[in-house]
Amino acid sequence: MPRVAFTPHLQRYLDVPPHQVEGTTVRAALEAVFAHNPRLRGYVLDDAGRVRTHVSVFVGDTALVDRATLTDTVSDDTEIFVLQALSGG
Amino acid sequence: MTQPLWVATRKGLFQLRAEHGWRVDAPAFLGDPVAMVLDDARDGTVYAALNLGHFGTKLHRSADRGTTWEEVAVPSYAGLPDITKPAGPGGAAPVPEPPTLKMLWALEAGGADQPGRLWAGTLPGGVFTSDDRGATWTICRALWDDPARAQWFGGGYDWPGVHSVLVDPRNARHVTVGVSCGGAWTSDDDGASWTCRATGMRADYMPPDKQGDPVIQDPHRIVSSAANPDVLWTQHHCGVFRSTDGGRQWHAVDAARPSGFGFAVAVHPEHADTAWFVPAVKDERRVPVDGKLVVSRTTDGGKTFDVLDRGLPAPSYDLVYRHALDVDRSGAVLAMGSTTGGLWLSADGGDSWTTLSTNLPPIYAVRFGTGV
Repeated sequence: MPRVAFTPHLQRYLDVPPHQVEGTTVRAALEAVFAHNPRLRGYVLDDAGRVRTHVSVFVGDTALVDRATLTDTVSDDTEIFVLQALSGG
Repeated sequence: MTQPLWVATRKGLFQLRAEHGWRVDAPAFLGDPVAMVLDDARDGTVYAALNLGHFGTKLHRSADRGTTWEEVAVPSYAGLPDITKPAGPGGAAPVPEPPTLKMLWALEAGGADQPGRLWAGTLPGGVFTSDDRGATWTICRALWDDPARAQWFGGGYDWPGVHSVLVDPRNARHVTVGVSCGGAWTSDDDGASWTCRATGMRADYMPPDKQGDPVIQDPHRIVSSAANPDVLWTQHHCGVFRSTDGGRQWHAVDAARPSGFGFAVAVHPEHADTAWFVPAVKDERRVPVDGKLVVSRTTDGGKTFDVLDRGLPAPSYDLVYRHALDVDRSGAVLAMGSTTGGLWLSADGGDSWTTLSTNLPPIYAVRFGTGV
């Protein structure tokens, strides 16, 4: 099962421990986390469901390619990191 | 109990009280930009709109005067058709994109007969209502869908924004909003339909034939007096304007001095002919005229102005944003905050000012609260 981990910066606003979730895309994995924590959605995605401009998502060591619909694929041993982009600081 | 003074800044929300000597204590939301605050006189709830650099706009409310906060919903543009960023100089040609909330720029309470009703003005160019104290929001679709909105453009931001929402105390279904840059709009039916009311404003940043076009005006802030809500004042990008008929016709107030440029305006709650402004050098410099921070005041509907500087600094580079000047319900106490973290209070209608701080974070808004 993919593992999703969040920047400690988000802990200021929300309780977001790492999650092991089902899913074969980044979208599916994040949706599984949002199901546990609905408020988190608005911190990571914008109104249109895209990754926020100043949020970075990495799939393993690779930056997320599809920031609009998050179709990048993941496997059981993938780690997804949700980080803040320095551009928004 | 006296009215608290809320100060929304780049690094948190401060609450000052007269009984504490207007002392500046530690803020709520330390480190977070607070774009707007509303202290709802109907039930004492306080709302704070955060503009988090990474994680977007958030709205919090407090039922205990700022001791504890809970996050509620923000207006959403989800499901609306794509919009195109207004064309401007430089950069690539704009392409359509889904609208997303950039900032909550205005937040006001509905009428006393509308418990739970809030109005929000946003970037990009939206007006939203909530009837459950911010738990859910609905866009005023008629204004969003008005064809004239395609002519709006950004003023200070890439997108046009709604910064002023005036709820008529005589009839809360009558609402006027101010848009930079999109003029002033009024609804007589609780937001179901809207009419542009900016005739008489002049925009000298436009080609000659467009300067009088109501829908491209840049009223930086619009206010009205509770005593006579048909009298409207605006500090416009190109001067001070006033209307005495609810915005149907605006008139230039040419006597404004030492300049007609600025962002902020406040009006006396009991005397609609008395208003205060913070003049600056237009247009690109945006610093006090002659390096001296002053407040200008008219008490005769704009025929004459007093320039008030007692207690204010010189030299000064302070700029006062559109929401950073306020008057309390007595009309005697004013507060003003600047982009360089200066905060001043006047207890005599602006005749003299006391410095409360010169080292706050950049100040976005000051608002006197309720005495709840």
